[in-house]
Amino acid sequence: MSKALKKKIKKKVVKKVVKRSNKTASKSKKVTKKLVKKVEKKANSKVISKSKVNDFVIRFANVNGTGSASANFLFTKAIFRMGVPITPKNIFPSNIQGLPTWYEVRVSEKGYLGRREGIDLMVAVNPQSMLNDVAAVRKGGYFLFDSSKPLHSQYHRADINYIGIPLMHMCNEAYTDARQRQLFKNIVYVGALIALLDIEFKEVEGLLADQFKGKEKLIPSNIKALQLGIDYVKANFKYPLDIRVERRDLVKDWIMMEGNAACGLGAVYAGATFAAWYPITPSTSVVEGFSEFAEEFRTDKVTGKKNVAIVQAEDELAAIGMVIGANWNGARSFTATSGPGLSLMNEFLGLAYFAEIPTVLVDVQRTGPSTGMPTRTQQSDILEGAYASHGDTKHVLLFPSTPKECFDLTADSFDLAEGLQTPVIIMTDLDLGMNDHMTPPLVWDDKREYKRGKVLDAAALEKIEKFGRYLDVDKDGITYRTIPGTHASKGSFFTRGTSRDEYAVYTEDSGSYQRNMDRLIRKWDTAKKMVPAPQVYHKKNVSENGILFFGTSQYAAEEAMDILKEQGKPVDAIRLKAFPFNKTVEDFINSHKRIFVIEQNRDAQMKSLLMIELQVNPAKLISVLNYNGLPITADNILMQIEKSLSSSKKLKKA
Amino acid sequence: MSYVRPTFRHPELPKNKLGYTIDYYEGSLSTLCAGCGHDSISAAIIQGCYEMNIEPHRLAKLSGIGCSSKTPAYFLSNSHGFNSVHGRMPSVATGANMANRDLIYFGVSGDGDTASIGMGQFVHVIRRNLNMVYVVMNNGCYGLTKGQDSATADEGSKNKTGHVNLFESIDLASLAIELGATFVAQSFSGDKAQLVPLVKAAMKHPGFAFINVISPCVTFNNNVGSTKSYDYVREHIEATATMDFVPQMQEISVDYGKGSHKHVKMHDGSIIELHKLSEDWDPLDRQSAMNAVLNAKAKNEILTGLLYVDPDSHDLHHLLQTNDKPLNSLGKADLCPGSEALKEINAGLR
Repeated sequence: MSKALKKKIKKKVVKKVVKRSNKTASKSKKVTKKLVKKVEKKANSKVISKSKVNDFVIRFANVNGTGSASANFLFTKAIFRMGVPITPKNIFPSNIQGLPTWYEVRVSEKGYLGRREGIDLMVAVNPQSMLNDVAAVRKGGYFLFDSSKPLHSQYHRADINYIGIPLMHMCNEAYTDARQRQLFKNIVYVGALIALLDIEFKEVEGLLADQFKGKEKLIPSNIKALQLGIDYVKANFKYPLDIRVERRDLVKDWIMMEGNAACGLGAVYAGATFAAWYPITPSTSVVEGFSEFAEEFRTDKVTGKKNVAIVQAEDELAAIGMVIGANWNGARSFTATSGPGLSLMNEFLGLAYFAEIPTVLVDVQRTGPSTGMPTRTQQSDILEGAYASHGDTKHVLLFPSTPKECFDLTADSFDLAEGLQTPVIIMTDLDLGMNDHMTPPLVWDDKREYKRGKVLDAAALEKIEKFGRYLDVDKDGITYRTIPGTHASKGSFFTRGTSRDEYAVYTEDSGSYQRNMDRLIRKWDTAKKMVPAPQVYHKKNVSENGILFFGTSQYAAEEAMDILKEQGKPVDAIRLKAFPFNKTVEDFINSHKRIFVIEQNRDAQMKSLLMIELQVNPAKLISVLNYNGLPITADNILMQIEKSLSSSKKLKKA
Repeated sequence: MSYVRPTFRHPELPKNKLGYTIDYYEGSLSTLCAGCGHDSISAAIIQGCYEMNIEPHRLAKLSGIGCSSKTPAYFLSNSHGFNSVHGRMPSVATGANMANRDLIYFGVSGDGDTASIGMGQFVHVIRRNLNMVYVVMNNGCYGLTKGQDSATADEGSKNKTGHVNLFESIDLASLAIELGATFVAQSFSGDKAQLVPLVKAAMKHPGFAFINVISPCVTFNNNVGSTKSYDYVREHIEATATMDFVPQMQEISVDYGKGSHKHVKMHDGSIIELHKLSEDWDPLDRQSAMNAVLNAKAKNEILTGLLYVDPDSHDLHHLLQTNDKPLNSLGKADLCPGSEALKEINAGLR
């Protein structure tokens, strides 16, 4: 390390690690170990830790379509079952077979579940990406490679450690089938990692037993492959490495789940009976998840008849149209899509807003614009979602940040959509949707009833002299609706996207039109009270600076908040869960001098939305942005905050 | 056009089996041009629903955008209606139908709404054999935007401004037959005697029932040289057969007399009676129906009547194996797996 670089090392931070409370990962405050934080110049800032027990990042460089995913997950799950917090991320191509794909795992005793730069151990089994993979390893880190052929000199670095294991040779010797030879290469390196990182073998065994339940004869060949890796390491290397795993009890009763599956399950619990969708990465597994759970829970075991209907539509326009039709007709229904699909759904979302039809849409955001990077993450549909469609429209947005919240907020979204008779868009993203996340166990209150909103049944209609679909009886902007087929002679009305009067009769009268638009704003104000409140981290302000974030930025933002506190520069924090913003958000901003708005897009879309919708001074909103397609890191947040604070200091001095 | 609907009705208007007179099936006053073919089709729908003893609240009317899509306001005011967005009625109808399989779904569209902007949805709703009636009021032009050619305008057809259409037309009936529609009919707005039984049979068909109705636009496309004018259509119309529809509840007591005739027994026991069938055409045979339409086209004839029907058709609910009870009638007890199931799911994710 050069002297210049050494100067850049900011300071030593002493921190203790953690019996993590089982509520949120970041609440871990007890300190037991030392951590030295260094910042290197190269490309991205890197965190190097001297004490590496349960604190490292390992990246697997694979070729997609080679069966690496299940081997890598086996590795992750084994550490999870050792009670150690872990967060895996898939970094994969928009391709089925043959291109580079990475699986990055962060092990964090402190329970930090955000991504971190600085690879401590690279498992490099893809020659295509090897040059970059070698370069990505931190100084002093490890590079595990297939040594069946000698490593070309271009991959040599003096400052990292090489662990060569002849994976191909070993598998060619041990297995005859070509597919097996390829598949078990992955299991052999998992075996090697068991020895190198001191992972408990019995956890891996247990996982295999779970995985191959009913197909037990497949277990021995997997054990054999694991053993090959273990034996090779034991015979050839000093083990375990200085980075390693030690059993803890930090995971408690948490589960590991993908956000998309949690959304699908939430829709099952909420009583959705219809889903229409068009396949698009990264949202596809939402409806697939719904479909799998519905197959299990909604199918009559005797007749095979289903209490659910799922239609794969011809495009996103049809998908949202079907969902609107089903909701209009009284069935809870939803669709899931990503950015390009959301663009296509605009016209229909405007109809649902104006004709006041409940609609639930899960938008799993990916990197835009246009086709963008379809397999990378971003939070860049905020404005698109908030104001989808022409004319004056606004839509309710929800921002889950964990799989548990994906489940909870999806279930809530149906109550909200029906309560408000309007579209509700659940704004998740690829990181949350398609990666496994540690999350608290899912909970359902059996006493909970579905809140179907203001729907008149036959008995209620009987008591009404004249039904007015758009009459604001309760003065909250929300009017009463009827479902087709309810009453023989009362309650029918004509639903339309054209202007109408209080009795749903077509009109071009200016007064009627404007009354209706004003009532929709009254409804919007009611929505502010109905949507989930933001999470405010401190009861009383501790700083003139605050950070504001939402969705998957939570992980890195909380980590950054901890580090700032340790550096003696605490900040207040608020996590948005919904749009429209309620008063708490406005008060939080107004009670601070500076608000760092952390978001994962280029154009500071959330900052724009705050500026448009709230009475706040825009000058105090400072953007912290990440838009490279990878999940935001705490380092990145800290760097941007520090840069901003130091430049404002300089300004003061000048 | 009139501005006030006369409220006087004959005091002894006949009542149907539900005790309703025909005016109970009417809608609000039409705002279409006087003489518009679409109003005749609305009248046929009203007549058909009255004769079939339809409970209006058990029928939902759906449409897209355009002159034709306005018409659901002009019939069955006691039914729920949904005037959706341009070309997307089929998707809204699909969702509505999935929510409640017990209602009749009556879709109305136009040639622009179906053959241009809505072609994708039209094609796919046929593939899914959604149980609905789909009427296209086909006038070969865009009325609301003042007379532009639509995709069903015939090549060489001249509109009111003298503009001649350069492009081949899309024939919706033959397209529907080719795509696998299970009930395909074609008619003329001026032929109420044919249209009413077609509407009635379509409502009884357990699947996608398509009726393409040539419906002249009196304002923009009723001139000499237009192939969608009243005069042209009357001159070129060729009926496949005369037709009666006998609902299940009615006893069959028709004397057929001489000549070829055919009975098509529908799923619920209703009968479609076809008389004076043209030669070489079997309405139960898709290929034969296709040939009949193409042969007529080659002769510049517009073939009308029931062109093809598959009385054993299976609709989307059947294919998806949905519950016999409407999905929108199910509650928490039917739908929510509960906390115990969730505990098991949690356990599987550790």
